[in-house]
Amino acid sequence: MERATHIVHEKAPTLPPPVMSVGIARWLKENLFSSASNIVLTFVVIYLLWLIIPPFLDWAIFDAVWVAASRAECWDTADGACWAVVVTRFDQFVYGDYPKSERWRANLAFVLLFVALAPVLYDRIPWRRHLVGFSICYPVVAYILLIGGLGLPEVETARFGGFLLTIVIGITGISASLPLGILLALGRQSDLFIIRVLCVAFIEFIRGVPLITLLFVASTLLNYFMPPGTSFNLLVRVLIMVTLFSAAYLAEVIRGGLQAMPAGQYEAAKSLGLPYWKTMRLVILPQALKISIPGIVNSFIALYKDTTLVIIIGLLDPLGIGKATLSDTTWQGLSTEVYIFVAIFFFLCCFGMSRYSAWLERRLHTGH
Amino acid sequence: MTVHPGVEPGSTFRLSDIWTNERSRSLVIQIAALVVLLATLGWIINNTVQNLENLGVETGYGFLGHPASYDINQRLIDYTSRSTHARAALVGFLNTVLVAVTGIIFATLLGFMVGILRLSNNWLVSRLMTAYIEFTRNVPVLLHILLWYGIVVHVLPHPRQAIEPVSGLFLSNRGFYLPRPIFEDFAWVIPASLIVTLVGLFLFARHARRVQERTGRIYPVLSISLAAIVAAPVIAYFASGSPVSLDWPALKGFNYQGGIALKPEFFALWFALSIYTAAFIAEIVRSGIVAVSHGQTEAAFSLGIKPGWTMRLVIIPQALRVIVPPLISQYLNLTKNSSLAIAVGYMDLTATIGRISLNQTGRALECMSILLTIYLLISLTISAFMNWYNRRIRLVER
Repeated sequence: MERATHIVHEKAPTLPPPVMSVGIARWLKENLFSSASNIVLTFVVIYLLWLIIPPFLDWAIFDAVWVAASRAECWDTADGACWAVVVTRFDQFVYGDYPKSERWRANLAFVLLFVALAPVLYDRIPWRRHLVGFSICYPVVAYILLIGGLGLPEVETARFGGFLLTIVIGITGISASLPLGILLALGRQSDLFIIRVLCVAFIEFIRGVPLITLLFVASTLLNYFMPPGTSFNLLVRVLIMVTLFSAAYLAEVIRGGLQAMPAGQYEAAKSLGLPYWKTMRLVILPQALKISIPGIVNSFIALYKDTTLVIIIGLLDPLGIGKATLSDTTWQGLSTEVYIFVAIFFFLCCFGMSRYSAWLERRLHTGH
Repeated sequence: MTVHPGVEPGSTFRLSDIWTNERSRSLVIQIAALVVLLATLGWIINNTVQNLENLGVETGYGFLGHPASYDINQRLIDYTSRSTHARAALVGFLNTVLVAVTGIIFATLLGFMVGILRLSNNWLVSRLMTAYIEFTRNVPVLLHILLWYGIVVHVLPHPRQAIEPVSGLFLSNRGFYLPRPIFEDFAWVIPASLIVTLVGLFLFARHARRVQERTGRIYPVLSISLAAIVAAPVIAYFASGSPVSLDWPALKGFNYQGGIALKPEFFALWFALSIYTAAFIAEIVRSGIVAVSHGQTEAAFSLGIKPGWTMRLVIIPQALRVIVPPLISQYLNLTKNSSLAIAVGYMDLTATIGRISLNQTGRALECMSILLTIYLLISLTISAFMNWYNRRIRLVER
């Protein structure tokens, strides 16, 4: 058969796609220059960033002084930030007044904390069962290491400070408030009238007042409530209050999870003949806690940030150390440097926690 | 065969039946809980009475009528160090309300702006807003307060070299100074005109909605309202012969006199609380808008509703249902966080009755009970409002 002459038989060469529809050009067009108003916005933002970022970098890095004996020396050397204050006082920011010769104990407790946390936070770790055993024993280990016992000399809790204190209050508060919060949430959903009323009253009272006032109660009133002559460690009082405070908020978060459970789950467990606690432990709580993970972690982050309030009743957390440093005449007036340093520490911890919760949420997402 | 729970037919009563029967068991648990609670309360009250006796302190609220003998530098009502403790508490309460209300206004504006900009399709803008949110809310609010206080006190210049970004506004390390309006005789005309306008607009909006429901005709309610709200006070101002003049701050000696003075304590607290809460509000706003399914927008478009009207009539009402409850609890958080005022020496409720009055009189029980009661009343009022609102906007399904 003769080939039709009016048809082009050679395949035309493949042309590259238009420049604006691939690669960087496309990304720029879609994300920065998609319309006239967008172009204007982009340039305004770039201009603002150019106004702010270079001077900030100059101040924080290029003109900064890292080693100096006093503020005056810093300001003689350069006009940037005087990080020397943080460098000089670094040990205090980390340990507070913890005795120098015993600091290895705090370091060891910190390293072991990660060993104890690993099996809780990551379920695919090898030998998880054995490690969980260690996690359960960890509070005792940490207590002995930090405070003393078994031949280790005693360290008074009043000497705890800095990031050490933040981590002690934060971790203790978090691990103690979760079980209490679960119990309160169950109590609030309970069929038993008196239990329910008590739980509601407790939760609403705690959530209705600022944490500071509760800490004041701890520092001024708790001594009235105890039998005459009892003296009560300030750190323990703070731990109790922080735990109760956080538990009330957690209870509300978990209650949301419990309410989101379809009634069919309760009914199914009941028709299998499971008693109350088994229903909760095996059927309801695993699902309810899973859907409340974002809220639970948010409460933990809030608790961790709230540990800073202890300076108001006189404990020396990083902010307290910062304030003490700033009241020293050699370093007066460097509040920006000190507070930015402490802010970086909190940002890393809290941002890490929120990233972890996002990751966990994705891992546990078994829906469709 | 009917089986009574726990009690087998024909068997006699055994003591263990109390525990196996669901109803009697729940009764036992509740009574036990009540007994434990009452015993604990009794023990605490007993201890307290004994402790108070041992210390020999007087009790009672009589001290509220005694002179407070301390100064409060920022106050909304008259107060001297000879005023009573009750008056000091009132000044503190008003200061709490002041910082809470102004903070809520600023945080809401900033939060809505950031939340909407975070959804912008401009990559740079949305990333910038994400950075703002993450850096702000992952740092304790107390740190924000101290940081801003430090910046005002240590970084800004002395009053003599105060920065004047706009004419009449002075920024210095002693505080910010701005002109204060002085209201003369006929000045009441201006707020009165505004109130009359608002009432009129409310009636007009109701009328417009009725007309729309009956005939489908739409009045431009929003633009008319905006124009009227701006125009009414301006017209009233000139009609009554410009009864408002400005008192300009002026440098006298080492500090400014006249005008409105914003103390560094107030500014740091207000600004830090606002930007901290705004980060949370921004997330609430974003999730509220995202929560309205895209099908709603598409349905509105296919009905031929214009984009602007779609936003106002379809998206925003549904987004608000998601936004408002957590928004109000953020307002509550801001109010409670304002108790951190004590860290910078702003004299709020906690700092006056909860701290200085307490330290001066030693009446810990009384002062703390007043403090806790006031905060509880504020919280319970706001949550009562929230429950009412939730009931009102609840989605009624079939």
